[in-house]
Amino acid sequence: MLILIVLIIAIALVFKLLKKKEDKTIENLERCNNKEYIETSDELIRKEKTIKRTRYAISYTFLTILALFMILPFYWMIITALKTQAEIDLFKPTFFPKSPTFENFKYILNTKYQLAVSGSSTLRFNLWRLMFNTIVVGVFSTIGTLVTTVMAAFAFSRIKFPGRDFIFTIFLATMMIPGEMMVVSNYIIVVGRLHGLNHYWAMIVPFLISVYYIYLLRQNFRQIPDELYYAAKVDGTSNLKYLFKIMIPIATPTLITISILKLMGSWNAYVWPMMVTTVDEMRLISNGLMTAFSSSDGRANQGQQMAAATAVLIPLLLVFIFLRKYIMRGVSRSGIKG
Amino acid sequence: MVEGKKGINFLKALLYLSPAIILMAIFTFYPLINTFIISFKLDYNDLTGDYSGWGFANYVKVLSSAVYKTALVNTVIIAFVSVPLSIILSLLISVALNSIKPLQKFFQTVFFLPYVTNTIAIGMVFSVMFTSADKGLINTIINSLGGQSVNWLGGNNNGITLLPNVFNPNNQVFSSQWFTSMLVLMFYIIWNSLPFKILILLSALQSIDKQYYQAAQIDGASKGRILTKITIPLLSPQIFYLLITSFIGAFKEYTSVVAIFGDQAQPVGGRHNIATVVWFIYDKMGDASIGAMGLASAGAVILFVIILVLTLFNNLVAKKKVHY
Repeated sequence: MLILIVLIIAIALVFKLLKKKEDKTIENLERCNNKEYIETSDELIRKEKTIKRTRYAISYTFLTILALFMILPFYWMIITALKTQAEIDLFKPTFFPKSPTFENFKYILNTKYQLAVSGSSTLRFNLWRLMFNTIVVGVFSTIGTLVTTVMAAFAFSRIKFPGRDFIFTIFLATMMIPGEMMVVSNYIIVVGRLHGLNHYWAMIVPFLISVYYIYLLRQNFRQIPDELYYAAKVDGTSNLKYLFKIMIPIATPTLITISILKLMGSWNAYVWPMMVTTVDEMRLISNGLMTAFSSSDGRANQGQQMAAATAVLIPLLLVFIFLRKYIMRGVSRSGIKG
Repeated sequence: MVEGKKGINFLKALLYLSPAIILMAIFTFYPLINTFIISFKLDYNDLTGDYSGWGFANYVKVLSSAVYKTALVNTVIIAFVSVPLSIILSLLISVALNSIKPLQKFFQTVFFLPYVTNTIAIGMVFSVMFTSADKGLINTIINSLGGQSVNWLGGNNNGITLLPNVFNPNNQVFSSQWFTSMLVLMFYIIWNSLPFKILILLSALQSIDKQYYQAAQIDGASKGRILTKITIPLLSPQIFYLLITSFIGAFKEYTSVVAIFGDQAQPVGGRHNIATVVWFIYDKMGDASIGAMGLASAGAVILFVIILVLTLFNNLVAKKKVHY
């Protein structure tokens, strides 16, 4: 509701501003022209202005309605989390919590509670443990990915060797293969042969390489002029030193983008971590959320469920607010066909 | 470029590429071949590695299983409904966004918001919003508009299902409950996929040369004509890219289904009605019975073939139709 009111006020203000500006131009035009033919053109201008104004009105209404549709799930999640159980159980749901309470959040954040949610099962939702697991997996897989990506991108962009383009094409071709092809036998290898069940490495090692990131960084490396490299060579710089002192600093924004996307990937990883973990202590955050609150039977405590969902989303929203620029760079780059 | 002796460069490159190549060999290339092989092994036991023979029996079993048929139909429907709808919607939003000045940044941020979310968490929010009970958000809105509560996710005997009697009432899978639940899933998938599309289309729109529009304005072209004759043709590479990536994405739909309908992929009282092709693969992998892994592999290979065909089709059409 609050968002709706704010939006309406904002739109009204914009309309007022537009109107003022247009009125002034029309006034000015009228003041300096009084010949008949100019008056007709004046009318035309006015007509055009009204058309433009209705077009603006349509655009803004359309965008506002869809923006509300986009925000609604977030809004509903937060207000449900802030409601008391009595208010959630009301026959007519309220659009704004009457007496906002943090009880649900306290319940979620306090590990002393053994959450007996979803009927008889006694699954625990230990937010801190889940976050810790996710951060461990996320940080290690990000570091590993950065190392493999930088090395591979350097070889593909700076070293001339026979078969380079062929190998790169094969790398790129693997991007088209659905991950499910690999998951089946990776599961057999990691869990069956290497006994990786409930180990952190099982969630990290298979994801230490990403062809898309190699592609992204290679594009970035290739933009660095060759002259810089020759200059460094004349000065007696080794390849490794050149990589660390020149190329990596230049490509830092891309490396930041890769790190953020990779960390977000671990935060959202669901299928693989679910397969290689069987105990609650080793689950990642998405799995913990899913197993603790089985949503389909409708018996779960909605307030606690939404509080948990909010807690899972808050770090992502913080990343969104502060690092949006970097995420958008990585995402929009993928839209340009190489 | 590093100039120098070819042999030395090759060794150097190998050194730099070795982590990538080793990891790819273990976790990409070997599994790829292995999955193919397993899909032809009968009664494959993934713990001991035993199997009773070779053949196409896994494929026959998968393709004739009722659940897989449901999954295939669902997946195709998801792809052919959600993809065009979300592309048209994102195109309209991007054009509208591009035409306004004040608040443009604000709206852009709002529309990008769902990109940075957790599929499971928001899926739960959707299932709460669409609760079948009368007190759910969407049902309350429908009630206040004079409608009856809709049995979105099953479990509410007083709720209605949309489109009754269109489908064979004896069909337990594609029932009117299936249609109603599918609608919720479509809502979620479209909601989730808009930000990426808007981002791509908007950045493409902003890079179109303004001269085209000025020329059209001088010629007195209408807005509709400008959209269909200038904007859409100039955006065709991006639209085509989105079309093909979203199609592939739709064929791999899984997490959103699990988030809303649980790991059995069904509304309350259903029979895996909302299963997808990928759900079938993971469901078989979770099945401990002997031979299930072979079925999962066969399912994965079928998915691989579908995506391969889509990609080849894309390359074929892109060369002919897309205006660059």
